[in-house]
Amino acid sequence: MSQSILIDGIEVPFKSNQTIMDAALAANIYIPHLCHNPCIKPHGSCKLCTVEVNGHTTSSCTTKAEDGQKVINNSEKLNKARLTITQMLFIEGNHLCPTCEKTGNCTLQAVAYHLGMLDGHFPQFYPKREVDASHPSIMLDRDRCILCELCVRASREFDKKDVFAIAGRGDNAHLIVNSPSGKLRDSDIEQNDLAAHICPVGAILIKERGYEIPIGCRTFDLRSVTEIDLGDVKLSEKSSHHE
Amino acid sequence: MTAEHSPQNTDHLLHVLFREQQRARFISDEAINNISKSLNLPRAQVEGVVEFYTFFHRKPRGRFDILFSNCTSCGDTKLLKSLCEKLNVKPGRIRSDGLVSVDQTSCIGMCDHGASLLLNNCLTITSLTTERIDQIVKLIKSDTVIQAWPRQWFYIGDNIHKKGLLLTEPFKSGSALKAIIKRSSIDVIDEIIASGLKGRGGAGFSTGLKWKLCREAVGDTHYVICNADEGEPGTFKDRVLLNSYADLVFEGMTISAYAIGAKQGFLYLRGEYRYLLDTLNATLQRRRETGLLGNNILGQDFDFDISIVVGAGAYVCGEESALIESLEEKRGIPRIRPPFPVTQGYLGQPTAVNNVETLAATAKIILHGDHWFKSHGTSQSKGSKLLSVSGNCARPGIYEYDFGVSLQEVLNDVGAENVQAVQIGGPAGRLLKPDHFSRSISFEDLSTGGSLMIFAKHRDMLAVIHNFSLFFAHESCGFCTPCRVGTRLLEKNMSKLCSGRSTAYDIDEIRHLSALVSQYSHCGLGTSAANPIMDGLKNFPNAFEKRLLNREMEPEFDLDSELSEARLMTNRDDPGAHL
Amino acid sequence: MSKLRVATTSLAGCFGCHMSFLDIDERIIELLDHVEFNRSPLTDIKHCDPCDIGLIEGGLCNIDNVHVLKEFRASCKILIAVGACAINGGVPAMRNHHPLSECLAESYLNGIGVENPQIPDDVEVPLLLNKVHPVHEVVKIDYYLPGCPPPADAFMKVLGDLIEGREPLLPRTMLRYD
Repeated sequence: MSQSILIDGIEVPFKSNQTIMDAALAANIYIPHLCHNPCIKPHGSCKLCTVEVNGHTTSSCTTKAEDGQKVINNSEKLNKARLTITQMLFIEGNHLCPTCEKTGNCTLQAVAYHLGMLDGHFPQFYPKREVDASHPSIMLDRDRCILCELCVRASREFDKKDVFAIAGRGDNAHLIVNSPSGKLRDSDIEQNDLAAHICPVGAILIKERGYEIPIGCRTFDLRSVTEIDLGDVKLSEKSSHHE
Repeated sequence: MTAEHSPQNTDHLLHVLFREQQRARFISDEAINNISKSLNLPRAQVEGVVEFYTFFHRKPRGRFDILFSNCTSCGDTKLLKSLCEKLNVKPGRIRSDGLVSVDQTSCIGMCDHGASLLLNNCLTITSLTTERIDQIVKLIKSDTVIQAWPRQWFYIGDNIHKKGLLLTEPFKSGSALKAIIKRSSIDVIDEIIASGLKGRGGAGFSTGLKWKLCREAVGDTHYVICNADEGEPGTFKDRVLLNSYADLVFEGMTISAYAIGAKQGFLYLRGEYRYLLDTLNATLQRRRETGLLGNNILGQDFDFDISIVVGAGAYVCGEESALIESLEEKRGIPRIRPPFPVTQGYLGQPTAVNNVETLAATAKIILHGDHWFKSHGTSQSKGSKLLSVSGNCARPGIYEYDFGVSLQEVLNDVGAENVQAVQIGGPAGRLLKPDHFSRSISFEDLSTGGSLMIFAKHRDMLAVIHNFSLFFAHESCGFCTPCRVGTRLLEKNMSKLCSGRSTAYDIDEIRHLSALVSQYSHCGLGTSAANPIMDGLKNFPNAFEKRLLNREMEPEFDLDSELSEARLMTNRDDPGAHL
Repeated sequence: MSKLRVATTSLAGCFGCHMSFLDIDERIIELLDHVEFNRSPLTDIKHCDPCDIGLIEGGLCNIDNVHVLKEFRASCKILIAVGACAINGGVPAMRNHHPLSECLAESYLNGIGVENPQIPDDVEVPLLLNKVHPVHEVVKIDYYLPGCPPPADAFMKVLGDLIEGREPLLPRTMLRYD
């Protein structure tokens, strides 16, 4: 028996246990998202993928698809809210794109381009966060962390390690490293780990690879985030490594 | 941690951390490493937990560590300020000699006793006055051990002013259990369903139905949890129930266990109520000794025991899935629901989480029958409700009414005059104006977990709303973007408004933000965080408008103070050094 | 049709946005058919007359920046925040990681190669703000032109729209933060 949902009036089939996000991605429908990656268990924290299902707002990455659901995704109201949430992510951290090696490859930036963000709107928080440059090949700049926990989950679920975690509460929540010193150097992370590559922003970077691709020729300089499922690309690369 | 551990859960991470905090007055890196090794938990999990809960500290606290409530009912900013000045310590800091540290904390549930504080994370002093503050300062300055402080300071009375269905009749421990032990568990569940009892935490789900769903859910084992993380500012009914009616609550838990088929139960006690712990454990021990807990309860084939886990200062843990995370020795982050705890709760097993008052009511229903219970209250709200009344009234305390009582009747009974506003259900509830006072307290009208805070005409409602917005920003768990960032932005907006630097533009901003935070947040904390602001704008528009500047825009920060460091560094104070 | 009067300034920025603006090259001649420049580093006019459009490059790092920004807001009908620094503080805001006292101590007291260490206190030297701020935190901004710097075409597009009386709209291809 084939089951389907309607996303903005388009009939989208799904298999049992799929979420609305799974079904949408499979049907090539873009729902903005930052904390979601198809091969990592969803947890629904960024709230960018919020859609309206039968009149209620819900995170599409954690809501199971159910036959006959009417989903609103690409509405002016939702995109306005997503823009505000994106601006919140920008102003709570220190996202200075011109100084960041991830610029052009950054999903936060790409989502902001997609939503037409021109400014941060809110007053900047300018938090003071620690940089961890202790590891020989991996760099952690917490200024850019958006607390999506993709690294936390990738390390636990995919790399079968437990390198990252979140500590603190509220706007003091921050990424920590699971090692006796709290430094990356003393953790068991390796350069080939998915956790070292999955960061959607410039918080976790591979050292000595800076500016290999010039600014202006990078992923999102050439194509919109709607065309690129960066998570898929990364995961297929990683899968081949592991095979 | 599993159910097999010691009854007192001495090796629960929260308890280990508490002991370390008490011993060393902070949790060092080394302590985190040691604890993670001895409990076989990832180091980052231990660090994450330490930094999540208010009562654990990564930097040393004073030998006398004071947490002053900042609740509108049991806090007092002036007394806090004077305490700090007299002790020569800055709020949030430790005095350089290490003698004392003073900080603020969210409501500690002493709202019927006026200004109150927590001392060394385990003792509570209420009814603070200038004189009492002076006495405390004297004892601290003379480095007097707490054992030598006047004992009566630590006594906390119940202040029960009106007893109803639950509180009137004394309860004989074991009497309700004896009444069910010959009945089938299905029968017990049916009676609770028939009584119409709904959860007293405020959400109002049918208790019997919850038990039924939990019983029917497949799992290796089932758990009962009593949610005594009473953190909603203005609520203190569970404190009183656990102080004077603990047997009734434990009996309710045991009935619940019998009904759903659980062998292990937990009482999750908020850290602010730690002073109740010894008595509660003694009550549990007495129940074990009299065959009301443990193996073969009342000689039947029914094994069940209860252990107590004490929280460490996190309002969000009152949300049942966050509470379960906390029980599982993690940060209290609300889970994605569904699945609900009744199918996948503690350790992934079917779990019934009930409010303290709900469990107490179940024992009474078993004793007196569902008809007795449902003959009280309204069509949608059966039975009675305990109200924790505080704020500007003559007789703050506990009042038990049948559901359906009007707010005005309550206000008359508690001796409240010149009332400007009532906050019902705590900051997460609703802010009401006198036009609403004829409304009734019930699930179908004014639903409340029990908090009823009264604000007389002289109170500055903007300051009250700002206090509530600070509360939410402080207590947000930080998981989802709208709540983590939005509650802080709302708090900053309210702070700007209170300082008289806002314009009509800022009000628009507040409205937009409030709508976003309420609609897009992950859990109830976020979805209700803007309630006081939205209600304030609706019910007290003048309070907002009269504070506004008639300008297009006013800077987000005070321009002149932004030059403070430079003036200091250059010793300049000429007119050109000011904005 | 009378010409639109345009003022520009660079606050805590690097003049890169102005340089990028000048990358419109010979199109400036065409532009001058429609606009005249008032206060601007390009004209060396020191104060604003009433203007139609103000372009603000750079964020706020000192008291002078605040005075200039306020003058622009008071004089210009439309104020546009141009470039990363005006919009979120940009590179100068990287000093916000450190207390101002530490920044000054490092630059004027303890830094390598400092001779005659003293913190400048002459009244002619503008006092620094505790933190660097974007301009929208202090005055109302009408439009934002992001980029580091925004490309010359983006300047032309936005000014072109305003000259023709349209709401300025930046095509996605010109929307860049770097």
